[in-house]
Amino acid sequence: MLAFTLKRFLQLIPVFIGATLLVYFLVFATPGDPISALSGGKPMTPAVESALRAQYNLDQPFWVQYGLYLKNLVTLDLGMSFSGQEVRDLLARAFPVTARLAVMALAIEAVFGIFFGVIAGMRKGKAFDSTVLILSLIVIAIPTFVLGFVLQFVVGVKLEWAKPTVSGGATWGELILPAVVLGLVSFAYVLRLTRTSIIENKQADYVRTATAKGLSRGRVINVHILRNSLIPVVTFLGADLGSLMGGAIVTEGIFNVPGVGNLLYRAILKGETPTVVAVVGVLVIVFVLANLIVDMLYALLDPRIRYA
Amino acid sequence: MPENQNQNPEAGLPISKIRAGKVSKYTIPHFVAPLDETPLQGVDAVKETGKPLSMWAEAWRSLRKRPLFIISALLIILVIAIATIPGLFTSVDPTSCYLEFSNEGPSSGHPMGYNFQGCDVYARAIHGTRASLMVGIFTTIFVVLIGGTIGALAGFYGGWLDTILARLGDIFFALPMVLGAIIVMQLPAFRDNKSVWTVIVTLAIFGWPQVARITRGAVLEARDADFVKASRALGLSRGKSLLKHVIPNAMAPVIVVATVNLGVYIVAEATLSFLGLGLPFEVMSWGNDISSAQSQLRNNPMMLMWPALFLSVTVLSFIMLGDAVRDALDPKSRKGN
Repeated sequence: MLAFTLKRFLQLIPVFIGATLLVYFLVFATPGDPISALSGGKPMTPAVESALRAQYNLDQPFWVQYGLYLKNLVTLDLGMSFSGQEVRDLLARAFPVTARLAVMALAIEAVFGIFFGVIAGMRKGKAFDSTVLILSLIVIAIPTFVLGFVLQFVVGVKLEWAKPTVSGGATWGELILPAVVLGLVSFAYVLRLTRTSIIENKQADYVRTATAKGLSRGRVINVHILRNSLIPVVTFLGADLGSLMGGAIVTEGIFNVPGVGNLLYRAILKGETPTVVAVVGVLVIVFVLANLIVDMLYALLDPRIRYA
Repeated sequence: MPENQNQNPEAGLPISKIRAGKVSKYTIPHFVAPLDETPLQGVDAVKETGKPLSMWAEAWRSLRKRPLFIISALLIILVIAIATIPGLFTSVDPTSCYLEFSNEGPSSGHPMGYNFQGCDVYARAIHGTRASLMVGIFTTIFVVLIGGTIGALAGFYGGWLDTILARLGDIFFALPMVLGAIIVMQLPAFRDNKSVWTVIVTLAIFGWPQVARITRGAVLEARDADFVKASRALGLSRGKSLLKHVIPNAMAPVIVVATVNLGVYIVAEATLSFLGLGLPFEVMSWGNDISSAQSQLRNNPMMLMWPALFLSVTVLSFIMLGDAVRDALDPKSRKGN
């Protein structure tokens, strides 16, 4: 188990370097001079300009810039944003908000997706199953930003059940509505995945044995069928945590959530390499770690899987 | 078994008599019908003479009876018709806008009312179909060509190509598609030439790894099948057996994913346009219309709902089509639904 974990951690390194290098290069290639943007496009003295360039390493060629960035990264120095804030501080403020949002969305999609997926799977072909299947397709087909606007308008503005936008504090309560919007599309996927998996497993011999032993229907479903059906669902949820954090750009924009997505979107538009790369780097780490945790969970769900 | 048969006293009797029960005067401890005379047709209705249907023909036979398939296929044909000849569906010019009609509701000839600029919402939605559909279709074509080729080569030949693909795939998977697309759309080559094609290329850059992975898996599965080994034993070269035997048998999952993804790409284009990074402002598309409607959401919510409805129904029909094709290609789910 330890060797396996270690190996997976080592595999994290090339993915991390590859992804940050890719993003670093893309942002590097983006035109627009951030230094002249700093002064609002007005001319500045050559001395000030070259000093600023040296401060952000902008006078160096690409490889040197990236190398310096990696070197500083080891000491947890993520660099400065062009407005003079430490990227580390920006991230420290935005990350918990997005993490809260993503975890809530993940919880919503997991709980409701598995719940309805199990019912639909056990009643394959019945009215409930068909209805849920069609509804889930409709949810997948509607873009997140349309769902966001409609829910914000209906729940936030018309019904006034929730605040339409989120305050700077971004409390759990305020984040419920954005989390629902964020998790809705994945909810449909979780539901469909659970349903398929349940249908595959409910014919298995061990299920017949469990029923024949006289176990209650609830125990057969929840312990025997569900546990064996969860592996593909857990795999999806793990991969989804990363895309939820990245996909929060749209949702955070609509609900004015001061999270990573907002930070990233603004930084990309400004061409602020350190911020963009730092945020993407964090997202990549979250993605890979979530997948690692999923691999560990396999052994819990299915003792036949061992890590030798 | 043969011993048993030999001991049977009625072994010489015509089979019809035995089955009709006209042999009661004999005691029959164990009757085993002679193998060569058992009428198989009655047990398993397999036509021995007719040529068996191909996987695709079988799938088509089951597809055309599915209501889900019929509905989605009809909707897709309708959408394609709208995209090719929008003039058939509306005679209103979507670019002639009158501010005096700003945010006005439906009237005769204008079933969906007007937007903030006083343009006909229905005419704009009809004329916006082409851009959205083009993005979906061409992105899918590129993604299947690039991802399919790379995935098939990696799965079939393995080795260093496979390793590189696996690592590249990891890197691209760690970057969410919308996020990567935002960064690429900021590049000078893309930002200065914003058009339908730059959006297509951007989405294809981040879409191919998924198709490559799926193709790779399917090719790996087909590669070791007996008929492929047989084709090699009969002297077919590696490349030819890949083209003639492996790829046709690995197509099914790729086609399903491509169909579903076509809808996903349309949504991605709309999301990019919504963020102001997708199609240029003057191109009429559902994404741009939804994006410009958001500022008027509280005064005129229908201005957002109509293009969103067009978009969602189109995406839905592609996803439903993919779903129906998946079920039809999977023999396990075909019967006894």
